[in-house]
Amino acid sequence: MATTTVSPSKKREVIEKAVIRFCGDSGDGMQITGSQFTNTVALYGNDLSTFPDYPAEIRAPAGTLPGVSGFQLHFSSSDVYTPGDAVDALIAMNPAALRMNVADLKPNGILIVNTDNFREQDLKKAQMASNPLEDHSLDGYRVFPVELMKLTRLALKELGLDAKSMDRCKNFFALGMCYWLYNRTMDATYKWLDDKFRTKPVLAEANKQAMKAGYSYCEATEAFQTSYEIPPARLSPGLYRNISGNTALALGFVAASQRSGLTLFQGSYPITPASDILHELSMYKEFGVITFQAEDEIAAMTSAIGAAYAGALAITTTSGPGMALKMEAIGLAIATELPIVICNVQRGGPSTGLPTKTEQADLLQALFGRNSEAPVPVLAAATPGDCFWVALEASRIALKYMVPVIVLSDGYLANGAEPWKIPTLEELPEFPVRFRTDPEGFLPYSRDPHTLARPWAVPGTPGLEHRIGGLEKDDGSGNVNYEPLNHEKMVRLRAAKVEAVVQDVPDAVAAGDPDGELLLVGWGSTYGSITAALRAQRDKGRRIGHVHLRQLHPLPRNLGDLMKRYRKVVVPEMNMGQLLWVLRAKYLVDAEGFNKIQGKPFKQAEIEAKIEEVLQ
Amino acid sequence: MTAALPVYTKKDFQTDQEVRWCPGCGDYAILNAVQQVFPELGIPREKFVVVSGIGCSSRFPYYMNTYGFHTIHGRAPAIATGIKIARPDLEVWVATGDGDALSIGGNHTIHMLRRNVSLKVLLFNNRIYGLTKGQYSPTSELGKKAKSTPYGSVDRPFNPLSLALGVEATFVARSVDVFQPHLKTVLRRAAAHQGSAFVEILQNCNIFNDGAWDALTEKELRDDQTIALEHGKPLVFGKNRDKGIRINGLELEVVPLGNGVTEKDLVVHDERNASPAYAFLLSRMDHAPGFPTPIGVLRAVDAPRYEVAMAEQIRQVTAKKGKGELAALLRAGDTWEVK
Repeated sequence: MATTTVSPSKKREVIEKAVIRFCGDSGDGMQITGSQFTNTVALYGNDLSTFPDYPAEIRAPAGTLPGVSGFQLHFSSSDVYTPGDAVDALIAMNPAALRMNVADLKPNGILIVNTDNFREQDLKKAQMASNPLEDHSLDGYRVFPVELMKLTRLALKELGLDAKSMDRCKNFFALGMCYWLYNRTMDATYKWLDDKFRTKPVLAEANKQAMKAGYSYCEATEAFQTSYEIPPARLSPGLYRNISGNTALALGFVAASQRSGLTLFQGSYPITPASDILHELSMYKEFGVITFQAEDEIAAMTSAIGAAYAGALAITTTSGPGMALKMEAIGLAIATELPIVICNVQRGGPSTGLPTKTEQADLLQALFGRNSEAPVPVLAAATPGDCFWVALEASRIALKYMVPVIVLSDGYLANGAEPWKIPTLEELPEFPVRFRTDPEGFLPYSRDPHTLARPWAVPGTPGLEHRIGGLEKDDGSGNVNYEPLNHEKMVRLRAAKVEAVVQDVPDAVAAGDPDGELLLVGWGSTYGSITAALRAQRDKGRRIGHVHLRQLHPLPRNLGDLMKRYRKVVVPEMNMGQLLWVLRAKYLVDAEGFNKIQGKPFKQAEIEAKIEEVLQ
Repeated sequence: MTAALPVYTKKDFQTDQEVRWCPGCGDYAILNAVQQVFPELGIPREKFVVVSGIGCSSRFPYYMNTYGFHTIHGRAPAIATGIKIARPDLEVWVATGDGDALSIGGNHTIHMLRRNVSLKVLLFNNRIYGLTKGQYSPTSELGKKAKSTPYGSVDRPFNPLSLALGVEATFVARSVDVFQPHLKTVLRRAAAHQGSAFVEILQNCNIFNDGAWDALTEKELRDDQTIALEHGKPLVFGKNRDKGIRINGLELEVVPLGNGVTEKDLVVHDERNASPAYAFLLSRMDHAPGFPTPIGVLRAVDAPRYEVAMAEQIRQVTAKKGKGELAALLRAGDTWEVK
């Protein structure tokens, strides 16, 4: 293959890292373009992080501002923690995309613009008074105007496709240009196209030719003089794949099913950004996975309760509005002490809010969102790959303690991707489950002395016929009991059981300095930006630490003491200060919040600025 | 060799829990019928699961010595669906009421019936909210004066059978709490049905809606006010069996037998009719004056069962792809090695 050779007249520069963003209309295939570039970069061995950012509308009117869809990728020869604050190369397919994204482009950054979409009516749709390609507003960037549509049509004229089909290949022309720009082979994308268009080989061929044409265009035209080389990263040895948070959750639950020896049952109702977990698990029938697309969120939860009662590893997956609907039923799972994992892939709210944007504002809902005293263990994933491990751990806790467990992810983790070191089977915990089968001395609400779990006696077991339900239970027999002292005892027992989970929670360990001027306490998807900011600020000589909480209830035993080792505590969150509220209430610590509620993750620079402000 | 099934009696299905329905409640009669029918079915006791929602009728599981789950308001069909999908070998029965199944749980009820999940649903219809002390329900008659409608309800009621037929339920039947032999026959039929079985049981609430069904159940009236459906038999009713139901276009009509009208002119009951339209006509005929209320099995047809189809799909995919290997799944797709 000659695709990666560079003609002698062109310069090749080795750089450490790059941030690239594809943006266009939501019909322009920007997510596919970005995913393909990501895959190629991952296979080459760069560390990376992605940030797909797309509108809630499937197809807003073409060319308008609300219809802009973007995909950002940060790839590097060193460690990557965030999708990148500012963009080195921006590919804009139309004026609306340019207008919405150009502010994030670095000064003197590369700007590839599809000039075929800059007619007067296109500018009008993007609410632009003048043509930015002519009015010098882009003078601070290295602008590469390209007639993407015209050139794509020219490249495909032999294939006999209609104009519309040809135009749909223009994103692959742009992709080919980027492959040239960053010296990448097109092999992985060829393979993907062959697979995707197995039944329509002409479309595979068209996209390939468009991509090749884009590549050759850069090679041939004088406009592009320099291409960039980013060597592979030094990741720890092992086998890697690229993974998104939703895929990782799905795989984590399949792993939990295999390691517990239980059938996996998923009750779910379609909701953005959680639906991909349902799509993913519905493919794994050969693992015995049962996916039930319920009639509503409540049935998704309650069918999972039924499956758990019947002896399955039961899960339900949703986002905030669906979570609200499930809450009464989660109370039933608490009262009947059945093991269920409930995943909330958080999005912006309240109400329908920002369906495709990320937020962390459901923490207090997870902790306290049910009627009465109804605590549950709550875990949160820190990175896309971490979603796998959190799914496993949540399942293990649910089964060990006979308790519903809430897992918090968010839109950023769900759709973002990173290289993931694939674990071997030996690295996965095993937690086989024993159902109660012995009728001798059986009491449905007797308790294991260490975990306070009640026995799991599934229907079909002879001699263990018993009744459970949402009415208050008699300690031991499980019969209905309304006595005042029994109620208090049961409320305290259910809480003590959840508290007992702390014996499985490792002590919190601070990254960075073990004591000092400032501790950053985070949870969930802020992990990457806090980590990147911490490194940068420690390099400047500041003495700071970072604790990232996976277990949000119960909290690690040493957290209170740990916070005391720092002069100040700052809690960055994509909400109004929910973990902050918990920490201040529980530990009487004078922690300070740092909050961003814009449907977007923190930038590294934002957190660094906060650190500098606090430590002034 | 499988162990011989123990010989059960009604006592084997009774619990030590004190039954806490009001004295005189129709629920006692239903409990009695179920406890008499279950021992006859030839099913090991541990295979039975009785699931309920909230309401007077939903206390049912506490009094049945089987596996039992008293859940939350309206959700019994969804919880029972989860149980049946996870364990198709279990016999899952749902005890519910008109408020539970048709108001707060209406969505679950229709979707469970639409999917044809093999659950047996006993809908105790007393046309009132009893446990919350007497508000009108979705089956209360228009104009009903109840706690929340002192000037009469302006809320049009559901016909539970029409609703079930509207979603093409595969087994739809009706009986009455005080018609014990009839009720037991219907319960046996429901137990034998392969798929969702929906049984409306007209039930008296002697505290908040006493006499709700007196017009049908009074000894002197019942033969003229009800018609007991039998598959393959003409629709004849009346104390003297002198009236029949005839079809005229898309309308049913009551005709006196004699004067040239014979049983040959009447509708012959066909519970296996593939279209639910006929049963739908039957379910609503007593909305007009002079028509009897149908009891018995309105519809009993075969259709694919949800939990069976789901298990079959898993079996087929597994046969085609081979049993899943976790290590291979984790390594699926594009991977690369870092040395």
